[in-house]
Amino acid sequence: MNNSYVINLQQIKKIYDMGGAEEVQALRGVSVQIGKNEYVAIMGPSGSGKSTLMNIIGCLDTPTSGLYEFNSINVSEMNDNQLAKVRNKEIGFVFQTFNLLARSNALHNVELPLIYAGVSSAERKRLAHEALEHVGLGDRVHHKPNELSGGQRQRVAVARALVNRPSILLADEPTGNLDSKTGDEIMVLFEELHTQGNTIILVTHEEYIAEHAHRIIRLRDGMIEADEIVKNRKSITTE
Amino acid sequence: MSQVIETIMHEVRESFIMALVALRVNKLRSILTLLGIAVGVFSIIGVMTGMGVLINSIESGLSQLGANTFQVQRMPNFRSGNPAERAKLRNISDGRLFTLDEYTSGKKVAILGTQVVKKIFPKIDPVGQSIRFDGEEYRVIGTIEPKGGILGGNMDNFIAIPLTTFFDEYGKDRDIHIMVEALSRETFDDCIEQVRGILRTARHVAPGVEDDFYYFSNDSMIEQFNDFIKYTRLGILLISTIALIAAGVGIMNIMLVSVTERTREIGIRKAIGAKKTNILAQFILEAVVLSELGGLIGILLGISAGNILAIVFEVRPVIPWDWVTIGFVACSLIGITFGVYPAWKASSLDPIESLRYE
Ligand SMILES: Nc1ncnc2c1ncn2[C@@H]1O[C@H](COP(=O)(O)OP(=O)(O)O)[C@@H](O)[C@H]1O
Ligand SMILES: [Mg+2]
Repeated sequence: MNNSYVINLQQIKKIYDMGGAEEVQALRGVSVQIGKNEYVAIMGPSGSGKSTLMNIIGCLDTPTSGLYEFNSINVSEMNDNQLAKVRNKEIGFVFQTFNLLARSNALHNVELPLIYAGVSSAERKRLAHEALEHVGLGDRVHHKPNELSGGQRQRVAVARALVNRPSILLADEPTGNLDSKTGDEIMVLFEELHTQGNTIILVTHEEYIAEHAHRIIRLRDGMIEADEIVKNRKSITTE
Repeated sequence: MSQVIETIMHEVRESFIMALVALRVNKLRSILTLLGIAVGVFSIIGVMTGMGVLINSIESGLSQLGANTFQVQRMPNFRSGNPAERAKLRNISDGRLFTLDEYTSGKKVAILGTQVVKKIFPKIDPVGQSIRFDGEEYRVIGTIEPKGGILGGNMDNFIAIPLTTFFDEYGKDRDIHIMVEALSRETFDDCIEQVRGILRTARHVAPGVEDDFYYFSNDSMIEQFNDFIKYTRLGILLISTIALIAAGVGIMNIMLVSVTERTREIGIRKAIGAKKTNILAQFILEAVVLSELGGLIGILLGISAGNILAIVFEVRPVIPWDWVTIGFVACSLIGITFGVYPAWKASSLDPIESLRYE
């Protein structure tokens, strides 16, 4: 039955050793399964371990203990290169702070995952253009991040996350640095992406944003407090 | 297999482009860093080019003297006798050479070099004219075809008179240089021995005593010059190597700063799928590109500076391809050697830590 899950976490713990007897238990045994084409919101107060969990799911960080299977493959047995490949091909990560290369224009930022995937230059340009058009930035391809608004930057980041057609899209507070109207625009984009068949995990601490998702996982002190299906999904409008 | 090579080529090309972009962003810093390399390479290439020009000048000058000639004189001397002596073995361009009678009876006749002709008889044919120097009048019987210069000197600026006439006018007790031409290459060594024998007898050198005169051939002069060049090269090479190592340390320093500054960029690249080797290649290539650019500037300036000599000595310019190649290879090695550690540091950064870096 496991085979149908994209993400399978069993008893994931993350403990930061602060030196001496002190340690921070960021995650204290999280078990969760996420299937294909799910749209999941992770909620919880600041410091509850949301980012830690996302980073582990995104193969950016490794758990102290526990089992993590990605598409039924045990991630903890992967070496650096295999992890890099998973990050490149299977995971699209969108950060709160955009994390674009400041000196490169939108096109080059979106091309970057394709470079590491070994895609030829012409094909790269084509795919990057396509992805930027997809997020509504077809006319901004040669702009650098500092020539774009916050919302536009996040759209570039989303285009970059999608350009390699990953199995899953991870977004850690993607609207956290945006005003609510721009945030809503990004949420509309996620909604569209989900409708088109993408699997999405989204971290937020704002209830109204989480209500756009199909399922909400609530974290508290590094543990799952609740895992519920959203009954009255809010459909998104931006007026 | 070809797939692997293609992937590697692809990665090298991409890293190269990224390196160029990074260097362009930090223009001033990059220029200052590559200046160190440029100076080191400049000194090597400049000196080697200059040497090449000197060798050219001397070899072409010496070959004008004729392959089978040597000179005899009383004092040791690195540079051979004055141009007038050399001219005797050269071709008459107008008029004739001295007759035997003119030699033996010390006639007041003269043969002019083209430089003298230009000065005294710019318009008319000098043969048959009279000239006067040191209070004596000489009849011009011929001119000698021009030969150009050696090491910037001019070998056409002379007046030749018969040896007997010279002794009559200026006395026998003088330092003279005798230039001897052997009949052929095969008889060259014999010819030297014969001349030695004759001179030892004439100068009453007792058997077993060293010669009290010296002789030089083109070969021995080139040999001496080559020795000089060898040691100069060694010296320059040593100094430049030290300069290049210092410049390499400069590159390493800048690369370390660059890695720290770009921690976040490295984190981003890793987060979206850059492998360790991608980051390693990117930063090593950046160091190599930096070093090669410095090398290129040094090579261009060095060749230009060295060839100023070629203009001064009026010989054809030299491009020391061997040293240019060595220069580029050395720059690559410096880039790799001093880029490896910073690049390794960059590639070992933890993605999460790097993304958090402010
Ligand atoms: N590198 C780290 N070193 C030590 N403690 C950390 C580190 N990263 C996170 N933590 C701690 O782990 C807990 C969870 O952090 P995080 O996952 O960032 O929370 P959230 O994203 O939900 O706000 C916090 O108490 C935080 O202080
Ligand atoms: Mg967080």
